[in-house]
Amino acid sequence: MILTVDNVHTFYGAIEALRGVSLEVDEGEIVTLIGANGAGKSTLLMTICGNPQARSGQIVFDGETITRTPTFQIVRKGIAQSPEGRRIFPRMTVLENLQMGALTSDPAHFDGDLERIFALFPRLRERSGQRGGTLSGGEQQMLAIGRAMMSRPRLLLLDEPSLGLAPMIVKQIFEVIEDINREQGVTVFLVEQNAFHALRLATRGYVMVNGEITLTGTGAELLSNEEVRAAYLEGGH
Amino acid sequence: MAAVQRPSMDDVLPRVGREAALAGLVTLALTATMVGLHTVPGAQSRLTLEFRFGDVLMAVVLVFFGRMALAFTREGFPAYGLGIGVLIVAGSLLYPGLPTVVEIMGVGAGAIVGINAVWRLARPMRPDRPPPKTSAQLMDDVAAWVQRQSVVIGVVGVAFAIALPFLFPDRSSIDLATLVMTYIMLGWGLNIVVGLAGLLDLGYVAFYAVGAYSYGLLAQYFDFSFWLCLPLAGLLAAFAGLILGFPVLRLRGDYFAIVTLGFGEIIRVVLQNWSSFTGGPDGIASIPRPSFFGIAEFTSAPEADGLPSFHTLFGLEFTPLHRLIFLYYLILILALVVNAVSLRIRRLPLGRSWEALREDDVACQSLGINRRNIKLAAFTISAMFGGFAGSFFATRQGFISPESFTFIESAIVLAIVVLGGMGSQTGVVLAAILIIGMPELFRELEEYRMLIFGAAMVIIMVWRPRGLLAHRVPTVTLHGGRRKGGPSPGQRPEQVPAE
Ligand SMILES: Nc1ncnc2c1ncn2[C@@H]1O[C@H](COP(=O)(O)OP(=O)(O)OP(=O)(O)O)[C@@H](O)[C@H]1O
Ligand SMILES: [Mg+2]
Repeated sequence: MILTVDNVHTFYGAIEALRGVSLEVDEGEIVTLIGANGAGKSTLLMTICGNPQARSGQIVFDGETITRTPTFQIVRKGIAQSPEGRRIFPRMTVLENLQMGALTSDPAHFDGDLERIFALFPRLRERSGQRGGTLSGGEQQMLAIGRAMMSRPRLLLLDEPSLGLAPMIVKQIFEVIEDINREQGVTVFLVEQNAFHALRLATRGYVMVNGEITLTGTGAELLSNEEVRAAYLEGGH
Repeated sequence: MAAVQRPSMDDVLPRVGREAALAGLVTLALTATMVGLHTVPGAQSRLTLEFRFGDVLMAVVLVFFGRMALAFTREGFPAYGLGIGVLIVAGSLLYPGLPTVVEIMGVGAGAIVGINAVWRLARPMRPDRPPPKTSAQLMDDVAAWVQRQSVVIGVVGVAFAIALPFLFPDRSSIDLATLVMTYIMLGWGLNIVVGLAGLLDLGYVAFYAVGAYSYGLLAQYFDFSFWLCLPLAGLLAAFAGLILGFPVLRLRGDYFAIVTLGFGEIIRVVLQNWSSFTGGPDGIASIPRPSFFGIAEFTSAPEADGLPSFHTLFGLEFTPLHRLIFLYYLILILALVVNAVSLRIRRLPLGRSWEALREDDVACQSLGINRRNIKLAAFTISAMFGGFAGSFFATRQGFISPESFTFIESAIVLAIVVLGGMGSQTGVVLAAILIIGMPELFRELEEYRMLIFGAAMVIIMVWRPRGLLAHRVPTVTLHGGRRKGGPSPGQRPEQVPAE
């Protein structure tokens, strides 16, 4: 297991956003977490990154407990996050944004890593001198993923990469995610509202409701599950 | 294909004619009394009125043709505009018997309408072109240009700053220049925290005060010289920054601003009330002046304290200006050091991290940046620069008291940073000259000067809400390699140190 989340409780003040979440991600997998708005998906990703920290429970990454590790050190251990809402640096150029992602990795790798990102997203190469804030939503998402990849993670956390994007772009983004996983051997933990695409891509999936995991199975199993279909797929995607 | 319909001369001519005639009429109305009527001393020392018909006529003719040229140019016939402009210039020069002032005005006006027409000829108006730029957009271009040319502008600026005491060798000019330079230094110091790291620090004066009192007290109690105290003052201020930094760094935005404001006041109140140590409201008087690097003193007597005086050492005539000029150069050097250090750090991962922090501090930490440490670094470095400036202030004034370190000082320095354009080093210079220099220059306007000053600030901030020279140049580009001084993508200098 590259990541084990064990009975994690996270609070915002008195509000309990995660009520004992347990899940596992194996090396080389794509694991998808789906759930309604406010279920606590983003909170889980952020808890894995140590901000906010879990009040109780344990998070183990690569055999090492990171429940109390400060955020900036967690990144250095090999977890990268593309946060909800992308959060790229608007006044910095595409290239500078990518550089910021590489702050923690060895400068010797920089050129090679940059080439890899540009190969995944040729669009970013074209736009390398453009300010992040003036990119389209899709390009910003590419940049957010690219920036996260620049830290050479072993585990990539993606929070709703398809948010607000046109179906065409969503398809592209998911293809790249698959690429990152297959070709580059990066384990992916994906949070999505877009259940259809995300589960088709996934080795395994989890469903979260109100801060708890209610259902788990392979991607295909969840896709054919009646409850999942009713709650996340009907009329949707 | 929708061809661009060029307006025909038949359409345009009446419009242009009407416009020019109207402008001429307005000019006639305005000048008929203001220029035309002229009182002259007549017989028996009584004033009599004289009508200067010629002057009025010249004004009307000038405005008529000038307006016509502008209108032609605007309507798409810049060649006509240019022709009229040339005619105005030629007429002004060649018409016999014109007063010089009219000649100058005619040539000036003709040149302006001519240049306007040439401008339009060079870039014809077409619907597929973007519309002409607004003044704010032009200022964006200026800001971008200033950034691109920053090396040239810097060299010219420094050369001017060095030449300044010789161009204006009088006491008040040098004093003013020294004052402006002090604020430039403070602005550059605060720019690190506010402009780069995006932390709104309202208590910068605290470090200025710590620097000033460090020197004042060390000189008073231990008789330390300025040259020893300068680094000590910087260190103590940096230390103060570190100590104050720890508790406030958890805070964000408004809370951060309010707490720093509080710290600024606390330092002042402590200085005011700890009378036994700091002298309280009376401050510290007769703070020693700096020597010439410990080699010579600025005294009129040929020798003092075992040191020769500056003028005998260099075989010059004694003048009190020597010390003032020396002080000016001292603050110039200090300010340039601050600038050099800021520019250098900006290119390091630390500076990048500051910028990232300003842009999005959540994203920042998910990239492995230790927010607390880099904030602390910004706070400490900036405090140290404030401390240097403070000890300079103490030695220049020879007297310090808590009065000099009120909130208004923080506000002025902050205004310089914001007005200049957050993060812009050149902007700080421009803003310091405007904010400090302008009120001094317009002293004749008496009580109106602060009114005008306030209005100017409001107008500028409405016009350029992000500051005069707000513009950020990317530090790296992909093709065509690197900008001067910037690291290329492959050779990032160092890593952000882990904790
Ligand atoms: N900073 C915060 N302070 C207080 N409550 C919060 C905070 N962030 C999230 N919450 C609450 O925690 C719960 C889980 O939020 P979270 O953002 O994790 O949901 P989510 O599953 O990511 O939803 P979405 O799909 O809409 O992004 C919500 O009820 C939310 O209101
Ligand atoms: Mg979310």
